[in-house]
Amino acid sequence: MFPALIPLIPFVSALLLMLGWKRLSRIAVTVIGCGSIGLSAFVAVLIAIQFAAGGEQAIVQHAGNWVEAGGFKTGFDLRMDALSVVFVGVITIVGFLIHVYASGYMHEEPDYARFFACMNLFVGAMLTLVMADNLLLLYFGWEGVGLCSYLLIGFWYKDPANNYAARKAFIVTRVGDTAMAIALFMLFQFTGTLRIPEILQSSTHIWSKGDPVITWIALLLLGGAVGKSAQLPLQTWLPDAMAGPTPVSALIHAATMVTAGVYLIARTHTLFELAPDAQITTAVIGAITLVLAGFSALVQTDIKRVLAYSTVSQIGYMFLALGCGAWSAAVFHFVTHAFFKALLFMAAGAVIVALHHEQDLFKMGGLKKQLKGIYWVFLVGCASLAAIPFVTAGFYSKDQIIWLSLSAAGGHTAFWLAALLGALLTGMYTFRLFFLVFYGDLKTHVHHRPGNSMMIPLYILALLSTIAGFIELPHTLGHVTLFSNWLLPVLPAVSVLHDSVAMEWTSQALSAVLALSGIGVAYAWVVWRPKGMSDFLEMPALLWLRGFWSRGWDFDKLYNILLVYPFVYLSRMNKKDLIDKLYTSLAALMQWCHNVLARTQSGLLRWYILGVVLGAVAILSVLIWRIYI
Amino acid sequence: MNVHPTTAGMLLAGVLFVLGLISILVRRDIIFMLLSVEVMLNAAGLAFVVASSHWGTADGQVMFIFILAMAAAEVSVGLALILQLYHQLKTLDSDEAAKMNG
Amino acid sequence: MILLVLILILFFAALLSWIVGVKSHAGSRWIALCSLLLNLGIVTGVWVNHPAGTGRWWYQYRVDWVPHFGISLHLAMDGLSMLMLALTFFLGALSVLISWKEINSRVGFFHFNLLFVLCGITGVFLTMDLFLFYFFWEMMLIPMYFLIGIWGHEHREYAANKFFLFTQAGGLLMLLAILGLYFVHAANTNVYTFDYFDLLNTPMDPAMARWLMLGFLVAFLVKLPAVPFHTWLPDAHTEAPTAGSVVLAGLLLKTGAYGILRFVLPLFPAAAADIAPVAMLLGVIGILYGGMLAYAQTDFKRLIAYTSVSHMGFVLLGAFAFNEIAYQGVVMQMITHGISTGALFIIAGALYERIHTRNIRQMGGLWLRLPMMGSAAMIFVMASLGLPGLGNFVAEFLVLLGSWQANHLLTVLATIGLVVATAYSLRIMQKVFFGPCDRQYNMPDLSGRELVIIIALVIVICWLGFHPQPVLNTSQQNIDYVVR
Repeated sequence: MFPALIPLIPFVSALLLMLGWKRLSRIAVTVIGCGSIGLSAFVAVLIAIQFAAGGEQAIVQHAGNWVEAGGFKTGFDLRMDALSVVFVGVITIVGFLIHVYASGYMHEEPDYARFFACMNLFVGAMLTLVMADNLLLLYFGWEGVGLCSYLLIGFWYKDPANNYAARKAFIVTRVGDTAMAIALFMLFQFTGTLRIPEILQSSTHIWSKGDPVITWIALLLLGGAVGKSAQLPLQTWLPDAMAGPTPVSALIHAATMVTAGVYLIARTHTLFELAPDAQITTAVIGAITLVLAGFSALVQTDIKRVLAYSTVSQIGYMFLALGCGAWSAAVFHFVTHAFFKALLFMAAGAVIVALHHEQDLFKMGGLKKQLKGIYWVFLVGCASLAAIPFVTAGFYSKDQIIWLSLSAAGGHTAFWLAALLGALLTGMYTFRLFFLVFYGDLKTHVHHRPGNSMMIPLYILALLSTIAGFIELPHTLGHVTLFSNWLLPVLPAVSVLHDSVAMEWTSQALSAVLALSGIGVAYAWVVWRPKGMSDFLEMPALLWLRGFWSRGWDFDKLYNILLVYPFVYLSRMNKKDLIDKLYTSLAALMQWCHNVLARTQSGLLRWYILGVVLGAVAILSVLIWRIYI
Repeated sequence: MNVHPTTAGMLLAGVLFVLGLISILVRRDIIFMLLSVEVMLNAAGLAFVVASSHWGTADGQVMFIFILAMAAAEVSVGLALILQLYHQLKTLDSDEAAKMNG
Repeated sequence: MILLVLILILFFAALLSWIVGVKSHAGSRWIALCSLLLNLGIVTGVWVNHPAGTGRWWYQYRVDWVPHFGISLHLAMDGLSMLMLALTFFLGALSVLISWKEINSRVGFFHFNLLFVLCGITGVFLTMDLFLFYFFWEMMLIPMYFLIGIWGHEHREYAANKFFLFTQAGGLLMLLAILGLYFVHAANTNVYTFDYFDLLNTPMDPAMARWLMLGFLVAFLVKLPAVPFHTWLPDAHTEAPTAGSVVLAGLLLKTGAYGILRFVLPLFPAAAADIAPVAMLLGVIGILYGGMLAYAQTDFKRLIAYTSVSHMGFVLLGAFAFNEIAYQGVVMQMITHGISTGALFIIAGALYERIHTRNIRQMGGLWLRLPMMGSAAMIFVMASLGLPGLGNFVAEFLVLLGSWQANHLLTVLATIGLVVATAYSLRIMQKVFFGPCDRQYNMPDLSGRELVIIIALVIVICWLGFHPQPVLNTSQQNIDYVVR
């Protein structure tokens, strides 16, 4: 089997859908759209089995040369190793489920083919990203997913708000991409190649630990990762990206694309290990982001924006893990997060459709009886997100990060406290959302119930959100390390400093208690004493704080004032091009001289004679002066 | 006072020339302007004659003959132009001919 | 001989299409199209089976013209010339096609001018005699002046005059520099010659070399255009008819870039190296300043024109980075910019034919009516912001990768230009094709003829994006030489 088939199938199907356009029937579009991803998933599984059985380090396929110029050489090289397999597996399987769901969700959409064309293009680009053997191909996938994200956020193009959101997403992530591009230039300058394995191998010879060059490279790579993964300071685009259709939010802005940054850092972890400063920066960014986004999620009123901020927050956890050197923990959280966040988004989408495109949480409520199936899958998703102990996948992955943020070599008590605070916040915002949607009074009538094509993927993801956790259990609870063992050839094991069972128990208990108390607070807030709570929350100081959090800590405003407005103002001011003034004023000067000289041509004969006389006098005087003096 | 004849002749030529020049600048009547040109030409001719007597050669006198011939030609063309001008504009005022800004 | 044929075909086709155009418009169009396709075929044939093992120069042709002054009709083709010629004839054929419905007055004269410009451009790309080079350089100017001045939009005369004055002033400096070089060479060797190969390696005093180099450089910078000599470009591009814009953006600007690669760098290597930081700085200023101006424009064609300023900044940046990767990027950028900007002008022209405005404020939501045109625009907008998989990415990445080795700070600034490019490129899509559709336009999507044009361009830009190697290999030898 050829690894290149995995991204190629979605690309080809996207091309077919684009060329087929409106000539294809809806069923044909569904078959091509979903079938190709299913086929790709099937091939991926086959190759994964082949890989697991083969015992090689990686399966690499050279699918052609790309650019070769003056010592710079890259090709379309695809690589399947332990890390790629995990990402490819999640992308294709979750992608397939989301596609199936989307075939139901987008059923009434007139531009059905365009939607699936973009979705398949996205899957192809994302697969290229995680399978790329060289950084240029990775960059290809990286920008490709950015394009698809842009196209899909602005899918409903008639609303200017969607276009602004799409444009913002593209430009903000492009800022990160620019940093990443510079990192690529530096890596090429020092290593003479962009092939990832070669870079990782030679990096330890070229740079000593803490070398400023490698620190710069790692920081620039981090810049790229931060942009794509919506981390501080480039997190502002993700909440707005919710303007896209809900399957898009589930696939791109929750499960796959936004975790590309995590993939990038995990993939280049050797460079980050050489640059401790960059690694600490990663952890700090993750810790701050997870807390800030948690607060923002707490006060949103739009169901999708809650989930968006929660995604930012959960990716913050992954960055924290990466920064602490707990590589496989980050990837593990990526896997479980992909399952439960895709589940939550799609369940939320089902609710939104059921309420006829109502996204305001405060217009929902009491849906428990109306939407039984969705209620249960939503509960599973929320439980996993809030990390309810023992039964959910989210608990095992998040608990691992919380514990390692304290105990790993790169850990720190501050990180641990931030992670614990995050756990509390997660419990609160998740269940606030849950209770607001399903409890209380029925506020909006249910229009129509989701069909099987939407519900079956939800059930499968609900199952995965529960059992996926059992592949990696902590010391204290069974000690299963299937997942980290699998990744061991690519990602080194985390070095744990404080290996004390008692402390681990304490940490776990604390995080569990915090998550549960978060749920308790949410219950009190929404269901038990909504009146008392709302009185409390209406206090002016809190009101301001809530607005501040709800606007995402006013980062948008800050960037607008610092960057956007000055740029737009300057360019508007200079619309006519100042430099052109230079030339037009030169032309004006000539015109003026012309006017002055034209004035002398009066037609009065005697003036002409006077001119001749004066000229003669001047010439004669000069001559005389030159000769005699 | 004792002035050298050449200097006196030259001074006279200069004075004549300046007189012609001034009158050409102040007169608007085109006939008078033509007359002034003649005065200036003759001033130049006088200068030639004085110079030739000073050096004792005939060159300046030959030159004067040339000037005479040329002046005759010039006057005939000039008068023809003046006649045309008078036909067109019914006046001999040179400023009236400024219409064309020529 | 084949090189002379290329020029003569265009020359006679120009005359013929003028004569025929008096009687039959269609005949004039077909003559122009066929002659360009014939040339394209010849060049492609040359590309595929050029004589192997003849070294850098595939073909040479030389006849004395005015031997007394050392002027000869000396044409030569290497990989770089070949690529530029292929681009010339490809875009030339497309410009005939797009004018098919747009130009209806004085059709014969229009095609005469178009072919004459292309003939001049062909000459510029082929000639190896500086006198002849100047001759062709001026030859492409006058028909272009007519193209803008006769068939242009509302302010065509202003634009045409401005274009003419700028290029003419630049050309004058070049003429002085050519003569200076001629006499310096003669003073040193007692051989009076305008031949490129003889003038290479002329020993000269560094101060002299610097002045002569500046003379050439300014002419090429005006044409390129680099800030601060760029202000003719937006006017000319905006006011020209679509074919004129395509030829201007796609080809005329490339003659400036070609001149730098062919003349400035090889003739004055030391002087060029001295001025490199300044030139690179100008390039970076062009990238950022052009991008910023593009962002503010409301006239569709003017917006695209300023993106040209921005993109040609990369050419300048790469040309003075003095390494092979950057040069490869420059050559790629010359070609891909021709394709992508040409395509955007074609789309702007097609839109103008439909809605009779270039003001993007009056557009919006056109995707609904024109999904095919919208998709095409999306592809080329993405190309202009440097999306991997399309040719411009390869070009810009190579330029930046190469210039990084030369100057870190300027490269970082140029890379920021990519963010600016994203801003203005997406603005095009947003204002023109997305958003609500206020007025009920009733118009057809791309016609068959337009579809052929667009598909040809899409195929080329994707081909350059995924498999640029043939182009890179072709320009390789020339670049080896320049780098050395």
